[in-house]
Amino acid sequence: MRAPGFLLICLLVAAAIFAAALAVGNDYVFFAGYVVLQYVVLSTAWNILGGYCGYVNFGTAAFFALGAYSTVAIYKLITENDFYRMPIPVLMLVGGVVSGVIGLGMGYLTLRLRGAFFSIATLALAVVLETLVVNWDYVGGSRGAYIIRPEAIEPIGNYIRYLFLMMLLLAVAALTIARLIEHSRLGYGFATIRDDELAAEASGVPTLRLKLIATTISGALMGMAGAPFPYYIGFLQPDSTFALDYAVNSIAMPLIGGTTSWVGPLIGALLLGSLQQIITVTISSAVNLLIVGCLLVLFVIVAPNGIVGLVHTYLQRKPDEFVGRRRVDADAPGTVP
Amino acid sequence: MSLMTGSGGELLQVDNLGKRFGGFVALENISLSVAPGERLGLIGPNGSGKSTLVNCICGTLRNEQGSVHFDGRRLDGLLAHQRTHLGLARSFQLPRPFVSLSLIDNIRIPLLYTVAARGHGRAAHDVEARCSGLLREVGLEAKARQRPRDLTQVEMRKLELARAMASEPKLLIADEAMAGLTHSEIEDILALLVRLNEQGVTIILIEHIMRAVMSFSRRLVVLVSGRKIADGAPTDVMRDPEVERAYLGQ
Repeated sequence: MRAPGFLLICLLVAAAIFAAALAVGNDYVFFAGYVVLQYVVLSTAWNILGGYCGYVNFGTAAFFALGAYSTVAIYKLITENDFYRMPIPVLMLVGGVVSGVIGLGMGYLTLRLRGAFFSIATLALAVVLETLVVNWDYVGGSRGAYIIRPEAIEPIGNYIRYLFLMMLLLAVAALTIARLIEHSRLGYGFATIRDDELAAEASGVPTLRLKLIATTISGALMGMAGAPFPYYIGFLQPDSTFALDYAVNSIAMPLIGGTTSWVGPLIGALLLGSLQQIITVTISSAVNLLIVGCLLVLFVIVAPNGIVGLVHTYLQRKPDEFVGRRRVDADAPGTVP
Repeated sequence: MSLMTGSGGELLQVDNLGKRFGGFVALENISLSVAPGERLGLIGPNGSGKSTLVNCICGTLRNEQGSVHFDGRRLDGLLAHQRTHLGLARSFQLPRPFVSLSLIDNIRIPLLYTVAARGHGRAAHDVEARCSGLLREVGLEAKARQRPRDLTQVEMRKLELARAMASEPKLLIADEAMAGLTHSEIEDILALLVRLNEQGVTIILIEHIMRAVMSFSRRLVVLVSGRKIADGAPTDVMRDPEVERAYLGQ
């Protein structure tokens, strides 16, 4: 399927989801759904570097927070100077640019490191950025910052619906980008980096440039996911914005769903994200990370290639076959017992 | 860029190349030239620096001393993929396939990233046909949709060669492409290399199997302990007392 067709289908599904959420008539659906969608974006973004290229980034929270704090900085600037209020899509773009640039810079500094060393460097980046924000008074420092969310927006109604819709569109954009990459020359290049960088270079793949592209796209999407967050939460503080939850979740979700295709992070985020929302209201929000940990252990043992891998093993009896690159041989999936 | 090759019409010109790993001298003052269309054998005992030399020529390692010119261009400072773009291809001693990609996609990578980067972009069906063609040439067409882990050792080496060939190189360095193979398998690979050479590709063959080296090479270079001790016609080189000493002991 071509990209425009895929985008169209995604948009139709998104429209259906939004209509269904409106039909429920309870704004809590939007509050909970927003978080799930935010994780769809974060895990899809993480997967572009982590799943496609094999570079595990522990710094999701840092990129997310960069987007969020870009919004806070702009909000301050506007309220102090009486400017026009910026619409959410513009804030997302600004957050995306800031995070993308930092992603590029981080990539340039750290991508010579491999494996665990790269991951530790990204974790360090998160700590450094948090320290900077804590000491930056303009955006609230350690006290945190209040963002006053408008009550409603015409014609959708409550502002949370508008935020939900924006995040829904961002999720569509992120999935389209991920799928586009997967089926392109870039995607093949990313796969060679994941498999063997020396052989990739010998085959003419400019590995460093590709990795920089991956960190930039990945970072930018994370920043875009973070940009509307201050409006969602109302009160932003470094502790919760740089929380390890974001890093852990955005790694766990693709791993549970499957890392080699765009479907994996989507499934993982929908599953784990919804589960966490349900647990938050039924048991306690503190149990969340425990659940993530248990599921992760379970999946590493039972389905190391995630749900996508599991389904493929079941359907074709051929493990870790790419979802997107279908086998063209004679045995149709239907003939398998 | 001039189409002429190096100063003496050489395709590859290595001058006084030196490489150290800490205190260990892996290569010392290696000079070597390879003319276009040549079939050069590079031999030497284990640890003599053959693979290190290949790694320095191909940009996997950086040489501290000396220079490498290829097709009239200085390679020092260029990254490995830039050298591949210039027409320098290598196979690895231990096959390094892209394990998550099918065989045909393994071949596709150099076509997408090297041949396309040279400017003459190909239509999608053309790339597809070229991939199948290359796999057919090494006898792996039937397994085009399979993963490298389904291959035998000899098939893996054939894939390694096919992938190097896919970048349409001017010079192909085959690093021990035949280790561990049977007689008939060696014949297969030799025939493949000769065919490639007849199509105009210059080939450096690094090999321990003397029968293969002697039948393939038109010239032989011997490395011992990081130094070049002989360079000439294969039969002359094999009679060289220093080479005999290195191989058979005194």
